[in-house]
Amino acid sequence: MSSVITISKLAKHYQVPEREGGLKAAVTSLFKRKYRTVKAVDGISFNIEPGEVVGFLGPNGAGKTTTLKMLSGLLHPTSGEVRVMGYEPRHRSHDYLRQITLVMGNRNQLTWDLPALDSFDLQRAIYGIPVDQFKQTRDEFIELLELKDLVNKPVRNLSLGERMKMEFVVALLHRPKVLFLDEPTIGLDVTMQRRIRTFVAEYNRRYNATVLLTSHYMADVEALCKRVIVIHHGRLLFDGDLSTLVRQFSSYKTLSLTLPNPEVDLVEYGEVVSREDGRVTLRVPKAQTSQVTARLLSDFQVDDLTVEDAPVDDVIDQVFSQKE
Amino acid sequence: MKRYIEYFLATARISILSQIQYRVANYFYMIGMIAEPVIYLVVWSTIAKQLGGVVGGYTAGAFAAYYIVWTLVRNMNIVFTPFGWENRIREGELSMSLMRPVHPIISDIAYFSGWKVVVIILWIPIAIFLSWVFKPTIEFTVMKAIVFFIAIWDAFLIRTMLLSLLGMITFWTTRVSAIFDLYFALELILSGRLVPMTLMPPWVQNLSNYLPFKYTFFFPIDALVGSMSTQELWMGIGMQIFWITLGASLLSLVWRVAIKQFSAVGG
Repeated sequence: MSSVITISKLAKHYQVPEREGGLKAAVTSLFKRKYRTVKAVDGISFNIEPGEVVGFLGPNGAGKTTTLKMLSGLLHPTSGEVRVMGYEPRHRSHDYLRQITLVMGNRNQLTWDLPALDSFDLQRAIYGIPVDQFKQTRDEFIELLELKDLVNKPVRNLSLGERMKMEFVVALLHRPKVLFLDEPTIGLDVTMQRRIRTFVAEYNRRYNATVLLTSHYMADVEALCKRVIVIHHGRLLFDGDLSTLVRQFSSYKTLSLTLPNPEVDLVEYGEVVSREDGRVTLRVPKAQTSQVTARLLSDFQVDDLTVEDAPVDDVIDQVFSQKE
Repeated sequence: MKRYIEYFLATARISILSQIQYRVANYFYMIGMIAEPVIYLVVWSTIAKQLGGVVGGYTAGAFAAYYIVWTLVRNMNIVFTPFGWENRIREGELSMSLMRPVHPIISDIAYFSGWKVVVIILWIPIAIFLSWVFKPTIEFTVMKAIVFFIAIWDAFLIRTMLLSLLGMITFWTTRVSAIFDLYFALELILSGRLVPMTLMPPWVQNLSNYLPFKYTFFFPIDALVGSMSTQELWMGIGMQIFWITLGASLLSLVWRVAIKQFSAVGG
C-alpha cells in the first residue's frame, strides 16, 4: 500500500530581521540590517497511510502549522520533499485542491450575512460537485451534526460552536480524501468538541479519508488518533502509537483507590492528587507502581483499586519540558 | 468553461443576496456618493450660466446628463481595493482562498459583478430623481446605449486589473497607502471624474489618451451623453479591450512572482 502523505527531510527556514531596542539601533538598522535564521521546520520525515488519523503534536511554535501549510501548498519548503497522493502541494494544482481540505479553527469560509445553506451552494459551484452527490452529502452532514434547525439562520447569528460545525460541512462537502485539521476545536465547549470529534471519526470511517490533526486538546487526540507524531523546535521527537508514547515518556502512574476511611494519611505511598467522594488518587513513580500497590493492599482494607497510565496531557507536557 | 460559468453565477448570486441583506445601508451609501457629483454639477452649471450658458461646449443640461450618468459609472468603478489586498494578506484570508480551486481574482470579479447588478437596480430611482431636479439634455440612440452598456463593464474590468496590480505591492510590503493615494489623485484628474476631459488643458487631454484612466470614467459617460461617431465609439471599446488585455497580462505575470513571495514567507 503506497503512502498518501510522504515527507522526507522537510525544512522551512525563515530569515527574520532583528535589532536591539533604542534609537541608535533603529538608525543603524536603516543601513545595516541583521537577519537571523529561524528553523520553523528542520528536516522532518514521515509517511501516512490511506485512512490513517494521525495526531500532529507540539507546543506553540513547534512547526505544526508551518508543516500543514507546506502540505496544503500554501508555503514552499526550503528543502526536502513533500508528496500528497502523488502531487507536489506547492504547485497547488486544481486537481490536488479538489481532493484535500484545510480546516483552521480560527479561519472561516462561510458568508457572514447569509444562511449557511447559501455558502454550501457556493461550495458546490467552486468544486464542481455533481448536484445529486452534493445534496446527498449535504443532507448526510446536516443530519450527522444535527444542523437542521440552523442552516437557514444567517451565519452571524450562530454561536461559535454552531459556526464551527457549519465550517466542517463547507470544508468537507467535496468529500476530500485528505483532511488537514489545524486546531479545529479551539475555543469550543466540551460538548461541541465531542460532537466535532465524532463527526471527524465518522467521516474517516465512511470515506476512508486520511486525517492529520493538530490540537492542544488531548481529548481530541485520544479520541481520534491511534498514531501521533510529535515535533518540537521543528524537529521530530516521536512517531508511533499514542500508547507507546505514554509508556515511553510517562514517569509515573495514577492509582485510584476507594477506602473505608479516605482521610487516612497516604503521603508515604505517593503524591496525593485528589480526594473525592471517598476516592483517593495517588501519583506514583512508574518503577515503584507494583511495590506501592502491594503495600497499599496489605496495609489497608481497599474496596477498589485501579492503576492507570498518566493522562496524555501530562505526558506530552513532560515530553516537551524534557526536550527544552 | 461550463464549471467557470456556474461558479461565476453562484458567486454573483451570493453577492446579490449579501447586498440585499444590507439594502438600506447600500442605498444610503449610494445617496452619500451623490454628494460629490451634485457639487460638481452645481458649480459647473453656475459657471455655464454666468458664461452665457455654455462652458467648453457643455450646457447646464449637458453637465446634468454627464454627472447623472457619472453616478452610475462611479458605482461600476468600485472594485476590490489595494487596501483590501493588504487586509486580506494580513488577516490570513488569502490563505483560505488559495485553498480553493479558483483564482482569487476571478472570485473578486464574480463577486463584484453580482454587486453591480444590485447597484444598477438601486441607481434607477436615484437617476430619475436627479433628472427631475437638474433636467439633463441627452440625445439617446440604441447604438449609444449598447456601447455604454459594454463600456461600463469594460471600465469595471480595467479598474479591477489596475487596482489588483496595485494591490500586489502588499505582497512585499504593507503600509503603502501613500502610493495608493498618489494613484487615486492621478486617476481623479486623468479619468474625467473631476471634470469632463474635454474641459482639461490640451496637454492633459493628450496625456490621458495614453493612459487607461479615461477609459474607466470619461469614455463610458461620453459614449452615452456625448456626440461621438459610431467609429469613435467602437474605437473606444477597442481601447478598453486593449487596456483589459494589457492589465490582465501584467497581472498574470506579477501574480506569479507575488504568490511565490507569499508562499516563501506565509501569511
